[in-house]
Amino acid sequence: MFPTPIERTSRSWQISYQTLLPLALILWLLPLIAVAIFSFKPASDFANANYWGWPSSFKGFTNYALVFTGSDMPQYLLNSVFITVPTVIGAVALSCMTGFALGVYKFKANIWIFFMFVAGNFVPFQILMVPVRDLTLQMGLYNTITGLVLFHIAFQTGFCTLFMRNFIRALPFELIEAARVEGVAEWRIFWYIVLPLMKPAIAALSVLIFTFIWNDYFWAVVLTQGVESQPVTAGITSFNAQYRAAYHLMSAGSIVAALPPVAMFFLMQKHFIAGLTLGAVK
Amino acid sequence: MADAGAPAVSRHNKPVKNSWWHKNQQSMTPWLFLAPGILFFLFYVIFPIYQSFSLSFYSWDGLGEAEYVGAYNYEELYWDDAFYTSLRNNLIWLVMYLFAIPAGLFIALFLNQTVTGIRLYKSLFFFPFVISQVVVGLVFTWFYDPTFGLLNYILGSVGIPPINVLGDENFVTYGIIVAGLWPQTAYCMILYLTGLNAVDPEQIEAGRLDGAKGLRMLWHIIIPQLRPATFIAFVVTIIGALRSFDLISVMTNGGPYGESRVLSFYMFEVALSEYGFRMGYGASIAVVLFLIMLVFIAYFLWSMYQEEKAR
Repeated sequence: MFPTPIERTSRSWQISYQTLLPLALILWLLPLIAVAIFSFKPASDFANANYWGWPSSFKGFTNYALVFTGSDMPQYLLNSVFITVPTVIGAVALSCMTGFALGVYKFKANIWIFFMFVAGNFVPFQILMVPVRDLTLQMGLYNTITGLVLFHIAFQTGFCTLFMRNFIRALPFELIEAARVEGVAEWRIFWYIVLPLMKPAIAALSVLIFTFIWNDYFWAVVLTQGVESQPVTAGITSFNAQYRAAYHLMSAGSIVAALPPVAMFFLMQKHFIAGLTLGAVK
Repeated sequence: MADAGAPAVSRHNKPVKNSWWHKNQQSMTPWLFLAPGILFFLFYVIFPIYQSFSLSFYSWDGLGEAEYVGAYNYEELYWDDAFYTSLRNNLIWLVMYLFAIPAGLFIALFLNQTVTGIRLYKSLFFFPFVISQVVVGLVFTWFYDPTFGLLNYILGSVGIPPINVLGDENFVTYGIIVAGLWPQTAYCMILYLTGLNAVDPEQIEAGRLDGAKGLRMLWHIIIPQLRPATFIAFVVTIIGALRSFDLISVMTNGGPYGESRVLSFYMFEVALSEYGFRMGYGASIAVVLFLIMLVFIAYFLWSMYQEEKAR
């Protein structure tokens, strides 16, 4: 362990570390804490320039209720759910298959197909922007949730394939060989042997992709417009235009928009971190 | 392995319908599994890259007929001041964003202890990465606000006059990058925290016996063992720096006077904003950005290939 384990240091070191920890955290999260406090303040506090003082009265419930009843936020949230959930399912399903094919079978083009997915996953979005927007328009899917979902699935398949393939490669290959000797059909090997072993990878990828897609802003702006199909990230910016000086409502709206991935992270923390750090640790 | 003496009836007592399939099962299966993924990816990712390249030789408003103009778009780029501003800002992003790596390592080392509640601390430190850049952008816009922003409140308390970070052409890009460094540092921190878990305690003990401690220990024993984490941190940070768009769009919309533009934002502006739908010109900007990214992509793939060979 590095640095020296705290229990092996002097008493004074231990105490200073214990006090430094919360201080550092508050400093680190200061902008967020400020927004959280903003969201509890009454409008009058901002009119009276009481920005950083304590809320003069607690208006948290009023502010959050207004976000849900007095704005388009619920629709945006719903759109985000309808965009994110099918994308996660689609991308994970496709990449279970590609990952299996690339991880288990030896054939000539294997590494090149793998590199195609990896390289495609790294490209700047802008090189895809005009053609993808045009494709979506031509298919009549511009400004629809379906159009956004289809693109997201395709693009995320790059990253997911990289992830799945590396995961499958680390599985014990003897299991697959033994099944082959038994004469088990290849698709049955996938379904009954490999897929059950992939559960942790599926969980890790699902939370990760959920966060990526929920937080996507660029493609939301390029492929959709308006309340009926835009996700919450794009919604919050139009919310911003609508309530420019209403900092209490903006804060409450931002927190509502940020909450689902945060909740996901806390519920699935182990998997989330496993997903992010795949390959970082051997 | 197809065994030649296999009976025509499988173990499940179903007749084998197609012996060709039986023989070629192993060479055909990967392609069947790959087909949907590859088709999707070709259609939405690979083919559009090619289309952008060819589109960059056309003048097109997105609706009418595209007109072939040869290298004209690139010639115009050559004379375009906004392009150089964007390019310069992209370089600033690239260099400054790398600061997330040592900063992430520093926080990871700080949190790499076993005290009560440390798990919660670690996850709370990771918070900025989980929330959308749109929200991060909004939060930092308020943080920098010249009239009520927390930054100027703090500066004021030590006697420094207010600075309009996002309204000043000299500060704006740096201000946005700092906002971007916040989640990126959190990301690198998690990578290093996981890496530190895997550090070999025996090597540390051996180092201690040799009298290494503090920075020497860090430099000679810990950091070499963190190489895989550093590599991933480097990859995601470079990609993140070159992809920067959300923060700029939310915080300044490219301003003031286009001084905070980067290539990805300028491309979007040219192709899709009220300044006109110049798809071909936008595509040529995207091609330049793609070529810059390609240098890094090639390097990443090359490193991966070396590792594959070594297995």
